[in-house]
Amino acid sequence: MSTRIFGEGIARREDPRLLTGQGRYLDDLGRDALAAAFVRSPHAHARIIDIDVTGALDVEGLVAVYTWEDLPGRVAEPLPLLIPHPALTHGRTGYALARDTVRHVGEPVVMVVARDRYLAEDAAERVRVEYETLPPVVGVEAAERAEHLVHDDVPGNVGAVLRQETGDVEAALAAAPHVLEFRLDIERSAATPLEGRGVHARWDADDGSLRVHSSTQTATSVRAAIAVKLGLPQGKVEVVAPDVGGGFGVKIVHPWPEEVLVPWAARLLGREVKWTEDRREHFVAAAHERAQVQHVRVGFDGAGRVLALDVRILHDHGAYTPYGVIIPIVTSTQLLGPYKIGVYRAEVVSLYTTTLIVTPYRGAGRPQGVFCMERTMDRIAAHLGRDRAGVRAANLIGPDEFPYDQGLTFQDGRPLIYDSGDYPALLAKVTDLIGWDGFPALKEAAAAEGRRIGIGLACYVEGTGVGPYEGGHVEIDSSGRVHVATGLTSQGQGHQTVFAQIAAAELGVPVEDVHVVTGDTRRFGYAVGTFASRAAVMSGNAIALACRRVRAKALRIAGEALEADPSDLDITDGVVHVRGDRSSGIPLRTVSVLSNPLRYAFDEQTALATQFAVGGPDTEPPVPHGEEPGLEGRDYYSPVRSTFAAGMHAAIVETDPDTAEIRVLRYAVVHDCGRLINPLVVEGQIHGGVAQGIGGALYERMAYDESGQLLNASFMDFLMPYATEVPRVETDHLETPSPLNPLGIKGAGEAGVIPVSAVIAAAVEDAEGIAITAMPLSPDALFRLRRTQPGALPPSDVGR
Amino acid sequence: MKPPPFGYRAPRTLDEAVTALADADGGKVLAGGQSLVPLLNMRLAAPAELIDVNHVAELDTLEADGAGVRVGALARHARVERSATAARVQPLLRRALRHVAHPVIRNRGTVVGSLAHADPAAELPAVLALLGGHVEAVSVRGRRVVAARDLFVGPLETALADDELAVAAFFPAAPPRTGTAFAEIARRHGDFALAGVAATVTVDGDGQAEAVRAAFLGVAEVPLVLDLTEAAASGRLAEHVRERIDPESDIHASADYRRHLAGVLAQRALAKATADALAREAP
Repeated sequence: MSTRIFGEGIARREDPRLLTGQGRYLDDLGRDALAAAFVRSPHAHARIIDIDVTGALDVEGLVAVYTWEDLPGRVAEPLPLLIPHPALTHGRTGYALARDTVRHVGEPVVMVVARDRYLAEDAAERVRVEYETLPPVVGVEAAERAEHLVHDDVPGNVGAVLRQETGDVEAALAAAPHVLEFRLDIERSAATPLEGRGVHARWDADDGSLRVHSSTQTATSVRAAIAVKLGLPQGKVEVVAPDVGGGFGVKIVHPWPEEVLVPWAARLLGREVKWTEDRREHFVAAAHERAQVQHVRVGFDGAGRVLALDVRILHDHGAYTPYGVIIPIVTSTQLLGPYKIGVYRAEVVSLYTTTLIVTPYRGAGRPQGVFCMERTMDRIAAHLGRDRAGVRAANLIGPDEFPYDQGLTFQDGRPLIYDSGDYPALLAKVTDLIGWDGFPALKEAAAAEGRRIGIGLACYVEGTGVGPYEGGHVEIDSSGRVHVATGLTSQGQGHQTVFAQIAAAELGVPVEDVHVVTGDTRRFGYAVGTFASRAAVMSGNAIALACRRVRAKALRIAGEALEADPSDLDITDGVVHVRGDRSSGIPLRTVSVLSNPLRYAFDEQTALATQFAVGGPDTEPPVPHGEEPGLEGRDYYSPVRSTFAAGMHAAIVETDPDTAEIRVLRYAVVHDCGRLINPLVVEGQIHGGVAQGIGGALYERMAYDESGQLLNASFMDFLMPYATEVPRVETDHLETPSPLNPLGIKGAGEAGVIPVSAVIAAAVEDAEGIAITAMPLSPDALFRLRRTQPGALPPSDVGR
Repeated sequence: MKPPPFGYRAPRTLDEAVTALADADGGKVLAGGQSLVPLLNMRLAAPAELIDVNHVAELDTLEADGAGVRVGALARHARVERSATAARVQPLLRRALRHVAHPVIRNRGTVVGSLAHADPAAELPAVLALLGGHVEAVSVRGRRVVAARDLFVGPLETALADDELAVAAFFPAAPPRTGTAFAEIARRHGDFALAGVAATVTVDGDGQAEAVRAAFLGVAEVPLVLDLTEAAASGRLAEHVRERIDPESDIHASADYRRHLAGVLAQRALAKATADALAREAP
């Protein structure tokens, strides 16, 4: 395979279009569509006594008002539980419109359809819903106490208890020379993409078919879900993801209530219907993530080697469990990171609360697991008075120990086996990049000026490219254009660029000739979706395999035309030629013409393929046995298990002795995602991930009060960091190819966000000499910590 | 997040504007719209009528002379911020304006609009209060001057009547031997301050502070102006400030933390204002 274009940091081909306002997002579609708005629960927990819509009927331009009573058949049934799991003994999902009970603020109760969104909101405001409020359950500790139940038929508010262990942890703890026990807290946050959710649906009554656009991370599965809900054959439903303004996990959840209701109403009314989520709705009606309370017991030896690790995690999954126990699985398995742990036991109790559902957000449980493990490493170092990097080094899996089996089951149901990596090399790179060894001198010099600075480090391993599969279709048309289609969706990743690079490298064509379509069921019907850092691994390899089929076919056809053995042929700049001899050859556009014998010509090019122009033996059929017309190929990539990327981050922070403000002075990332398709795109992913990580570490939290009201449901009060709050990110790469896939690549989408809270906590702890056990950390929280536990960690114990 | 129905009028003259305001039952003035439009979209405000004064050319003024800076109702933050004359006559204005939200908001939002909105965490009410400025209000009943100390009544509440249009604000010039400073702490750059201080320090012939005043934002229901001359001299400045204020807790900061910050910021602003006064004194 040519390496000219694969691995090049070419600029993203989608950017000129997106940056000049040429993108077509959901709200740009359906200008004449009717608009939907929703009456949503103002209460965290309540029984619906009565719904009175008469006030809304006076609004001119109102088209329809629907409550649960109006919903037919499967539309009225609970939404699907997407990922069943044996540990999820009490999975529950909500209804498209609340049936008799609401369990979080923002749950949809009434759907209003009107001429435009203004009128729909006017009408929604006039609907009167009478509620009998029920006791709210806010936070995992209230959930675990279970003084009140979120679902009457779920005892203890426990949806799932997930246990995994690798041996007798109690015995290992008892035998360990040192044991520490502590608690960690992580608050709620959310993906908060720039564009919220949105659905547009058009019913074609003549054809009996439905076309749905959704701002989703999975077009194919939305199609399947809508077909099932509306009782339509899948072939009569098309789903297209237009340009999507960010997803970060929240848009992998489906079908949303609105994704069922908007198409249903469009069919019923025979009119286009559109719903564009507004920011307030997104805060209370989409999904959140992160919240956990972790209880840790760790036993270790004098070198800091972990002999036993026992974690019990309370996980807040909100009011319903449509996405199953994926986050608990990911937290409890990826917690192990790059380390060899003597004996490990994890128990995750996944609890119902009367707050918004919790589903994967970039990182998807890993930031919590890494926070747990990395805080543990720092505790061990502090306890032993050892260097924090040294304690990590003592626990790393060696470069010669791959494949390394952690003895657990991962989120794809397969064994947690790391395929490749070089963790000591990563540690050496990150400590070099940040200047770990020279930091004590810097710190001392800063202290002499009355400044407080601190350094922190955190490591992670990320399972990427989970199955079951993705596919690719590649076709070279008679103009030489290469059309690549894959079923998974794009929400800003740069697929137009990296998939084109893969195809260009495999086919020997200029990258400009390659055109990529994603997330359109009309072009590719079999797909899973874009999540779990899987798109490059899954679709990238599928496209490469499809390209190899096309290439082989092109060489066969060209071989006949050139009277050469296909194995002697190569393709350069879109021309098939004898290897080493570019003086004569046949362009792929001509090969495309030859691949498709024609009866009728439409232009000079196609005239070449008609019956009186084509020569060849008249004893053979025009399309040889076993061949198909057209220069196209389709293939799928289905991995036996996930491939494991890794990375390490380090940061230097400064804390203000007077105001407790926290400033990140330097942020360094080293990262190994196997072979890089495009280093520029990977760095962009890392920068974006770190930005979200800084949000999670220092700014963002969902401020629910004790009654279950979200107090900061706007960008004024939910503090997503601005560019002014995000540090410059210094990066370095290591390339350890994955042996599991043809391209040797691993995923990179979530890497930037995963260890940020752990790194910042460690650095602030180092600067302040105060144990940091809860994130995010605001200046106000640090101010309080200074007053309540001054000097809890003596400076000599903090390590370096 | 779409506003409920409202009437809309776009007067061309001040007379038309105040007449429209008098005629409207529940009218609201629209100038920069940076606070009002979000309130409309969130349906937290539902005025029957918007009186859009953006076409009243006579309000689009910015004048500065030895007495002070007079800012017309249509002067955007950015215009005042960039005015070299305004900055020379009263340097505190530019210092404070740089903390008002972000450049795009300052391009549209107005100084007088911010004063009329009277957010207790906003910068300009504190500046007007500290400097002892005033606002000119016009209605069909006539024109009057409302001093800053009378203007701010409570959070988002002023002494202006429903039919009154604030047409200008006047910020007195910096007296001789007087320096100014502005300091605030916000969670993110450009956010409303958790706490902030505007300060003036006047030095005597020997360079010693003879008058020290500060206005605090974000820590009280209205801008809080304190004479800190004695506290500064006593060396108990931060403690004194903390004793005099009684801030509220919210999701961004506790009352304790705000109180603490007010003390720190007062010290910082005072030091900067003193240095500024000495620098202005220097030939």
